[in-house]
Amino acid sequence: MSLIEVKGLKKSYGDVHAVRGVDLEIEDGEIFSLLGPNGAGKTTTVEIMEGFRTRDSGTVSVLGFDPQTRGHESRKWRDRIGIVLQSSADAGDLTVLETIDHFSGYYSNPRNVDEVIHSVGLVEKENALIRNLSGGQRRRLDVALGIIGNPELLFLDEPTTGFDPEARRAFWALIQNLRSDGTTIVLTTHYLDEAEALADRVAVINGGIIIEVSTPAELGGRATSQATVAWRDGEITKSERSDNPTELVAKLSSHFGGEVPELVVSRPSLEDIYLEMIGGSHE
Amino acid sequence: MSKIPSALSLGIRRGNLEVRQFARQRESVVFTLLFPVILLAIFGSVFKDTIAPDVTFSQYFLAGMIASGLVNTGFQALAITIPLERDFGALKRLRGTPMPASSYFIGKSILIFISMVIQILLLLGFGILFFGVELPTDINKWITFSWLVLLGSACSTALGIAFSIVPKSGRGASAVVSPIVIILQFFSGVFFVFTQLPTWMQQVAAIFPLKWLTQGMRSVFLPDSFASQEVAKGWETGKTVVILLVWLVIGIFFSVRKFKWDRD
Repeated sequence: MSLIEVKGLKKSYGDVHAVRGVDLEIEDGEIFSLLGPNGAGKTTTVEIMEGFRTRDSGTVSVLGFDPQTRGHESRKWRDRIGIVLQSSADAGDLTVLETIDHFSGYYSNPRNVDEVIHSVGLVEKENALIRNLSGGQRRRLDVALGIIGNPELLFLDEPTTGFDPEARRAFWALIQNLRSDGTTIVLTTHYLDEAEALADRVAVINGGIIIEVSTPAELGGRATSQATVAWRDGEITKSERSDNPTELVAKLSSHFGGEVPELVVSRPSLEDIYLEMIGGSHE
Repeated sequence: MSKIPSALSLGIRRGNLEVRQFARQRESVVFTLLFPVILLAIFGSVFKDTIAPDVTFSQYFLAGMIASGLVNTGFQALAITIPLERDFGALKRLRGTPMPASSYFIGKSILIFISMVIQILLLLGFGILFFGVELPTDINKWITFSWLVLLGSACSTALGIAFSIVPKSGRGASAVVSPIVIILQFFSGVFFVFTQLPTWMQQVAAIFPLKWLTQGMRSVFLPDSFASQEVAKGWETGKTVVILLVWLVIGIFFSVRKFKWDRD
């Protein structure tokens, strides 16, 4: 049985059908990314899996447990998962260390507080009040609080919004480390490069249904799609789409007698494929 | 694997954290704890009349301020700060952890109880030093005082948590909650002598806990001879217990059943 199994999930808010029959299976140990535009049903789906919302119909099993159950069993279940919400700002009057240490007390088998502070790169800030942290540092604290309970399953919602490129790279390394420790991760993100760098599989959701589930490399037939070859011929830049780009490049090379001016061979990025799938455009 | 910590032990941890957090918010410490003392200083200095033999207005007012301190530090503080925590997303984050709701409530109760005790000590100290208030010598009065504080703070805390579902946003909470508390204070004989209020005000006040807390505190800090000056010609101790218990049950019911962790 998969770590997360969602079948026929539906949820409406009044007349708005936010989720219209979602099926998902997320396997033990993978990083699974859920992609979709705002209003696609992404947040609703994730919040139902997190036990924050109830569903109208369908079945949901997360770690073998129905998230909308309440009571003591629900505490035991929450003991095994970690959640990093999109926006949370604690009253900033506690230090990083105090906050993480406090949250560690909620769990039966927490990680070592110092190790967690180290892994999110907040060692130098551990005695700083939360109110004095930068946006990126606060986000790392959010992640620390999500992983302090040593979760088997971690939900990450838009984890790197507002990060500078360096901080994002460091954060990705942290997530990859968690995965190698055996943590299963459900990631929702707006950044396609983030999904590509981290996710083993991605699901695209739009209009309340899952359009496709695949690896980032294969999504939307990306791996077999035509490549675009572009080069400069005199004053003009030319480009051609081709199933056999190598052959085309060889032809060009003999035409130019060696080096092809400003040669670029590209395949559609995950973003191109994604935008095409959700009916958008990057123009 | 070790067991999940008990709700009570987590509640105590939360209480510890809440107190630390509160102590670091200087503005709120000053506002919550010192404001009633400032009011006592102003009213005590302006109204120096004697309202009955051996009873000055400052003594009467002190009893009222201790009672309304229970409402301010509990009901008012919680009904304003919980919506703020909800707006910040702090409550939703807690909801996502194995910490049970009861631990959160226990933590709040500890914070409120400690700030109430500090407030009462400040008010009493100030009253003794500057307004000639004398502490009761009868042990029975201290027993009454103890259960009034315990029951009053429990009631105030439960109702504050329950009422935190009413304000739509953290920013608007103060505008919803503060007028209710101020009107109750006027109606319940905190700022004026209760018997001098119009009958309809007395009747409205009698529905809510504050009137009973002020009367109870008067039974502790005013001479027994004053009991005949009350509306019912007595302290109505039994009735006070019943009414506070009813409100406590209402508060707990709505706190447990209707508490909102999330904005939407």
